[in-house]
Amino acid sequence: MSVADLAAPQGAVWRLAARVCPVTKLVVNRHSERLVMWNAVAAVVFFLVGAVGALLLALTRWQAVHLLSPAWYYRILTLHGLDMLIFFIIFFEMAILYFAGPVMLNSRQPAPRTAWTGFALMLVGALMVNVMVLAGKADVLFTSYVPLKAHPLYYLGIIFFAVGALVATLLFFASMVVAKREKSYEGSVPLVTFGALTAAIIAVITLLHGAAIYIPTFVWSLDESWLRVDPQVYRMVFWGLGHSSQQINVAAMVGVWYLMGALTIGSVVVNEKISRWAFVLYVLFISMASAHHLLVDPGMGPAWKVWNTSYAMYLAVLASMIHGFTVPAGMEMGMRLRGYTKGRFEWLRRAPWSDPGFSGTFLSIVIFGFMGGITGVTQGTEQINIIVHNTLRVPGHFHSTVVGGTALAFMALTYYVIPLVFKKRVAFWRLARWQPYLFAIGIATLSMSMTFAGSFGVPRRHADITFPGAPFTLEFPSAVDLFMAGVGIGGVLAASAVFLFVAIAVVSVFFGKPLDLDNARPDTPGIPQGVYRLPPQLHRHEAATVAHREGAPGTVVLVAVFLAVFILYYFTNWKILSMIWKIG
Amino acid sequence: MSADRDFELHSGFVAPKGVWWRPAGRQERVWVAIAFVWCLVLFAMMPFWHFKGGQNPSGIRARVAPQDYVARTLRFVEEYKVGEENGQPIVAPPPGADVYLLARMWSWYPALRLQEGASYTLHLSSMDVNHGFSLYPANINFQVVPGYDYGLTIQPNQPGEYRIVCNEFCGINHHAMLGSIVVEPAARVAAAAARPFTVQGSSR
Repeated sequence: MSVADLAAPQGAVWRLAARVCPVTKLVVNRHSERLVMWNAVAAVVFFLVGAVGALLLALTRWQAVHLLSPAWYYRILTLHGLDMLIFFIIFFEMAILYFAGPVMLNSRQPAPRTAWTGFALMLVGALMVNVMVLAGKADVLFTSYVPLKAHPLYYLGIIFFAVGALVATLLFFASMVVAKREKSYEGSVPLVTFGALTAAIIAVITLLHGAAIYIPTFVWSLDESWLRVDPQVYRMVFWGLGHSSQQINVAAMVGVWYLMGALTIGSVVVNEKISRWAFVLYVLFISMASAHHLLVDPGMGPAWKVWNTSYAMYLAVLASMIHGFTVPAGMEMGMRLRGYTKGRFEWLRRAPWSDPGFSGTFLSIVIFGFMGGITGVTQGTEQINIIVHNTLRVPGHFHSTVVGGTALAFMALTYYVIPLVFKKRVAFWRLARWQPYLFAIGIATLSMSMTFAGSFGVPRRHADITFPGAPFTLEFPSAVDLFMAGVGIGGVLAASAVFLFVAIAVVSVFFGKPLDLDNARPDTPGIPQGVYRLPPQLHRHEAATVAHREGAPGTVVLVAVFLAVFILYYFTNWKILSMIWKIG
Repeated sequence: MSADRDFELHSGFVAPKGVWWRPAGRQERVWVAIAFVWCLVLFAMMPFWHFKGGQNPSGIRARVAPQDYVARTLRFVEEYKVGEENGQPIVAPPPGADVYLLARMWSWYPALRLQEGASYTLHLSSMDVNHGFSLYPANINFQVVPGYDYGLTIQPNQPGEYRIVCNEFCGINHHAMLGSIVVEPAARVAAAAARPFTVQGSSR
């Protein structure tokens, strides 16, 4: 995999300016590297703004504190949704695409100027949206359901951002073509790149839905007589963007799981065919999940709802369950190949738990699978959605997928991006080791509290559940107060962990000590163990054969527990549903 | 086996060379099979509940112009109004009736009085923006979309005072949008109907 092995193709001037990564031996071209850096920096900035919003919101829904006025609650809620679900996460995913394409394939960056133009478009769009929301011109929440109306520049900002992201995504496809044609790698693309490709395809589907709904809405916001946007059609097409964009996250996150497993403990791919098939299932079926938001809507019939909400018979859930096995099994086999073979769980006990790259990744898998996945499938069941829709159970679910899952995986990755891409040691190393745990505890508390409060019918997106000024009174049981305090406390913990993360990232990147691997020792602070010594990425012959034959006995236990919890939670919900009024 | 000699395991970071299309190991095959069966169960539960279950979001669904829906609601209120509370009409439709509930910024119109165990067709629509029908404490939730009439057959199974929370953001006063449904016990309804004979009993 080293440079010398590669015949320089014609006109390969870029290689002269490229560097070879001392850890991974990848050829890193300067354009892609800078694009990775700047997309990551932009992502962290919006992450910070979104986290400030999160703190304010948590302190408002904690009824004993109740910080914000209704107007500011809805405004900050709009801002938090967009900065987190769209801007932070898509900037970070663009960084991943620039890495997984040209860098992982040892290739050059195609059309760097176009790439920077796309980045600028994204940045301008995101800033426009932030300004409009903070100026009070777009109190429409993340969903902006028509006929609620925002300032036209709000919609235009989102369109700019989406076009910029589309440019970056298309350049990722271009980089794969370039790498293939210029033979910068041998064989098939790595699994991580394949996962990124999956995310990129879903991104195109998502962004086209975004165009299909925001362009007409933008026109309508200029003058209502020009165009009428049907509220139900809006909801359907909007969620083609709103939900599918979360599926980019799922695919990218699973790719990051494979990547971080490889970098931290030398995870192996148990079977390339199975893992790639699972990614293909995502591409084919995951975008149908738009229906999850429309299960108790008047515009669609039962057949449409059942077919779409289940991703055509749960084939995307099957994909996630496959990754849910192959990712930890790959970790287990990688650890066993390194000699941790005792019992079923020595590999897990002896894993590098003080490496935030590893702990963040593993906690992300657990939170995403056990909390996010199980609640998501259950709530997305057509009839069960009657006792879920628009209650706090919904944000309870997605804070464990997209925050406890994706955002945590991306933070874990950042602990390796800082040394490998920015060539800096991680600052505040002792705190960094604790950061993933603090974040995981906070977000798990928040998600579970939301889920329990939602089971009592507490609404999401609601400024005051004591209902001041309403014509009737309603008092929730005192258990709800406890859960809303849990939302507040969990939110404060998770937001604090994000502030810590941002402080670590910013200080490392702009004021950090250089990496200097030549003079490093295993206990040098700020150098994750996988960067200090990359675990073996390739095993051959006898060892590989034995590992393959013995498989992953520990993971078998883990997935059995997972399935048992899943079945119990799922049928409990049916039981609760059967106890309410008859409805048909 | 010669196949074993060049067998390799690599990380997701490595570009696999040669033919990697190999049969899966036993554990993986078993897990994929179990997961697939579970997915089929998840799928089958939904049609099953349509045939055997009592709670389905199917309803009667139709487009309706907001002004037409308002007119239907006003006619309904006029026909079955029994009183007023906080300036809101209280409406007590007979069992089997079509019940019209109108959502608007920021109130539910009118207040309803229903009977335990009786069936009604509850129509939901909005005259302005999206709203969310959320019945407390039963925790029954439906989306209310302007321009669409959602007619759901309902059968209250517990007497008591219910509240309708709006759980879709509908503007600055969203959190003050609260409606009321009172479900009267079947026993009292039956007793009232049979008063001359003072028979106690349930009509369930």
